[in-house]
Amino acid sequence: MFDTNLFADPQVLLFGALTGLIFGFLLQKGGVTQHKVIVGQFLLHDFTVLKIILTAVVVGGIGIYGMTGLGMIEGLKVKSAHVLANLLGGVLFGGGMAVLGYCPGTGIAAIGQGSRDAIAGALGMLFGAGLYAQAHPFMQEHVLNVGELGKATLATSIGGSPWVWLVALAIGSAALFVWLERRERSAAHGAA
Amino acid sequence: MQTTQSAPHLLFRARWSPYLVGALIGVLSWVTFLTMDKALGASTTLVRAAGMITGAISEDAVRDNAYYSKYLVGKPGFDWQFALVLLLPVGAYIASRLSKTYQPESVPSLWRARFGDSKPLRYAAAFGGGALMLFGARLAGGCTSGHSISGNLQLAVSGWIFTAALFGGGIVTAMSLYKQRS
Repeated sequence: MFDTNLFADPQVLLFGALTGLIFGFLLQKGGVTQHKVIVGQFLLHDFTVLKIILTAVVVGGIGIYGMTGLGMIEGLKVKSAHVLANLLGGVLFGGGMAVLGYCPGTGIAAIGQGSRDAIAGALGMLFGAGLYAQAHPFMQEHVLNVGELGKATLATSIGGSPWVWLVALAIGSAALFVWLERRERSAAHGAA
Repeated sequence: MQTTQSAPHLLFRARWSPYLVGALIGVLSWVTFLTMDKALGASTTLVRAAGMITGAISEDAVRDNAYYSKYLVGKPGFDWQFALVLLLPVGAYIASRLSKTYQPESVPSLWRARFGDSKPLRYAAAFGGGALMLFGARLAGGCTSGHSISGNLQLAVSGWIFTAALFGGGIVTAMSLYKQRS
């Protein structure tokens, strides 16, 4: 449409489609395409979202840093940190997500399981994206330039090897999971 | 109780362990990095879609907008992530059909219990929530996929700040919406 082909190479599109197919399948099986699971996380009733994110982060992180170390992948794809924008955007995002009850990926996936309100959500997402495109110059001038840290990782900005961070994250997550499972089991017994 | 029947095959079960799903998403991210030099993400596609809809009406409106131009001018609108996002509902559809959890639903149960079964109210809230969420995602430069999974697993400072803020904003909002005052 704009000075180039509208479509990327067929192979790129095919790989993207396959990734989406698997990702959508996993999100539905994980239960995070359900409104009550997302809202339940924010009400601190249901920790499915946190469990999935932290497990994906630990497993993914070990693989990505491992493959980077072995020179198997071209490099990391760290997004630049803009502290104020990340913070403010995150708060707005969380607020919107609590009202909608889906996040962008799980909301679009939820349409496939029959959730009709997710269609209204997706239209809202399009509107929000368009709104941001108009607001971007203002944000660039007043928000995005506050706390620019570049492509910082916890290891490069705070210190230590990424492996120390990954091991700490794995141990911390495992401890949290054990605690959550115990709490959920005793709550289930209490209810029965 | 599953005393007389053996448990159904994994593919037909309604819910998988969150740890299994998380681990498989982690492995999926290895594959996208390794074979496609890509990280999982979703929200950029909404910008491309909004930009292409705008562009269908007026090309200049896209060219004159620095943000749309960054993602669309000289780049294919339908790219890797666009294909990914388009197939998300198909993957979820297959998963829900296999487990017989496919269910047309306009007003989710938790919403109905708190706000009643009005479809227009639910749709309006979903639209508004989706708009606020995507505005936040683009301000922050990513969403739950791009920041909280792909960013966090690379130990990105941007991802961890975003995720902490997301939980803060989400918890405060959900608590004020759903907790009944006593």
